[in-house]
Amino acid sequence: MILKEILQKYPKKDDQLIEILLDYQSAKSNHYISKEEIIEIADYLGIPESKVCSVLSFYTFFSVKPRGKHIIQVCKDVPCYVSSNIDILKIIETELGILVNETTPNQQFTLEFTSCLGCCDVGPVMRINDKIYTHLTADKIKAILSEYRVNM
Amino acid sequence: MKMVNLTINNVKVSVEENTTILKAAKKFNMNIPTLCYYEDLDIKSDCRVCVVEVEGKKGLVSSCSTPVVEGMVVNTNSPRVLNARKTIVELILSNHDTNCTTCVKNLRCELQTLARTLGIDENRFPSVFEKCEIDEGNPSIQRNPNLCIKCGRCVDVCNNVQGTSVLAILGRGHNVKVSAVFDEKLSDNFCTFCGQCASVCPVGAITEKDDTDIVWRALTDPKKHVIVQVAPAVRVSLGEEVGQKVGTIVTGKMVAAMKILGFDQVFDTDFAADLTIIEEGNELIQRVTNGGVLPMMTSCCPGWINYAETRYPDILDHISSCKSPQQMFGALAKSYYPKKTGIDPKDIFVVSVMPCTAKKYEAKREEMRVDENSPDVDAVLTTRELGKMIKQMGIDFENLDEKPFDSPFGITTGAAAIFGTTGGVMEAAIRTVYEVVNKKPLEGLDFKELRGLKGIKEAEINLGGKMVKVAVAHTLSMAKILCDQVRNGTSPYAFIEIMTCLGGCIGGGGQPYGTSNTVRQERINSTYSLDASMSLRKSHENPEVIALYKDYLKEPLGKLSHHLLHTHYHDRSSKV
Repeated sequence: MILKEILQKYPKKDDQLIEILLDYQSAKSNHYISKEEIIEIADYLGIPESKVCSVLSFYTFFSVKPRGKHIIQVCKDVPCYVSSNIDILKIIETELGILVNETTPNQQFTLEFTSCLGCCDVGPVMRINDKIYTHLTADKIKAILSEYRVNM
Repeated sequence: MKMVNLTINNVKVSVEENTTILKAAKKFNMNIPTLCYYEDLDIKSDCRVCVVEVEGKKGLVSSCSTPVVEGMVVNTNSPRVLNARKTIVELILSNHDTNCTTCVKNLRCELQTLARTLGIDENRFPSVFEKCEIDEGNPSIQRNPNLCIKCGRCVDVCNNVQGTSVLAILGRGHNVKVSAVFDEKLSDNFCTFCGQCASVCPVGAITEKDDTDIVWRALTDPKKHVIVQVAPAVRVSLGEEVGQKVGTIVTGKMVAAMKILGFDQVFDTDFAADLTIIEEGNELIQRVTNGGVLPMMTSCCPGWINYAETRYPDILDHISSCKSPQQMFGALAKSYYPKKTGIDPKDIFVVSVMPCTAKKYEAKREEMRVDENSPDVDAVLTTRELGKMIKQMGIDFENLDEKPFDSPFGITTGAAAIFGTTGGVMEAAIRTVYEVVNKKPLEGLDFKELRGLKGIKEAEINLGGKMVKVAVAHTLSMAKILCDQVRNGTSPYAFIEIMTCLGGCIGGGGQPYGTSNTVRQERINSTYSLDASMSLRKSHENPEVIALYKDYLKEPLGKLSHHLLHTHYHDRSSKV
């Protein structure tokens, strides 16, 4: 869906910013907001581009760089850390052959950190797109990733 | 006003309601240290340095943002408070390039002062400082993120005072940083180079590009004939750089100091300001009588020109084609002056001392060259940089004998003196335009309605029997209001003065640190007292300007004037 169509759904009020960004970012296959789009959104809402940039950079679920089709977010907060006896990040990095904040060459996966996902009781957790995976183990991670690979 | 009673450090005090703890304590001579706080700007309370203990509150509170409450018991210096403050500053220092001796702000840095006051002799925290790239991609402003403490003052000025929104706070938590939008360079982002960010930065993270080395080199080169011009707003502020009281008028001592620095001739930009009024005034008269584009807008301020070229390219034909006084002077210094003195223009090095950082950019513009191989103004120093050179030279400023400016650009009028304050260019223009059009002397030269720190000011003048409205705006967020009217065709004015900085040039980005509205008002008062003390107060009565037209330029808006004193503007609005 092109940006203009998404913008038309929202009133020209600055409190609509996050809704617009979320809506448009999920509609885009590479899940990010480009510089040109920031300018267009700021112009539509009548707010400075600096404001849009600040909001985008504050939340980990937004990106200003092109991302893969599937976004893997690993919780980096303390409860997940203490409930896990494995290095979740390392396992995913090895499995995908990329480092955190990178995208696989086939544009399928982007690996990121996230702040707490609110699932501390079932940690360690990660999120892929909108789905949360809990009680992670090395085998479980591998199985989940291969599932996404099959559905590519 | 309702009064609130409270106790601060065991002293019973009474202050107006809604006063913050910080201001209440200050009123009773107890200064709480601050870092992100800046008079007249928004309260950010993000550095936490000003924390105090309030009885009954569990945590410490930031005094800059907490209003007093009846019966409140405050302790501003308990062991708990002192320990917290010290820890906060130690943590800031652990993520800061602490090579202080090589920093431009050495000995005038607010963080350094704070560390000393709090007695930080050693830092308990290991450094996590990682070096980042310095933004030096423009002639005006240098941004060094390695020194940034993320206080947010620059972002506040850029977004809320100027409305330019070039600087932003990006990221979150430990990774937060101040950067130009899109994490790009300032030059890629429509920065107007007004330098207001530099003037409020507590550390050395944003400063003017230092050109003192270039000027020292020229001064010590025996082949160069180095001449200098000084802007009107510098004489009422330079004193602050050399230990004088705010608002002290230091014209004569300043000229004397510059002679000691080695300048061959010391000239006055005020002369060029008078010349600007003759050209700009005649342009206005021509536009009004010939049905030209109105309202006409002033063109003296380079920050405003940068703003218009990037954000209002559609109204560029409203802007007077006159160069700024700095550039009129530069053009004459490389054409008329060599002719008069017999000095080869190639050997002439023109320096200007300006209250402004955007002037550095203006001097580098391609259009500002009589000889296409070299700029008319070779180097621009801010008031702060001139202060630095005076200190480097070891001049005992206070005990200098006053010296007059040199001829032929030394005689000036009160009209030019007020160029440095908001409303001044308009008032100077009216004094001349009124008399030229109405062919009778203007009664009452003081246009009080155009003076002071109000954002937008208006006046009406009688020109040839017709009442004409004029307006004055300072800060770019105020300019925006008038620009939108011009764009929409609803502007009721014939003539508009715009200055980028709050208060005009006296509050410029290159002026001494610590500029607040109180300081601005002091400098403004000095400016108008200079005007009132002068025997000539109208630009068209300046005998040296009259002689210049007679000997060289012939007539205002003539062929030579157009070649030397006028310019054109470009649409620079494309962002991507």
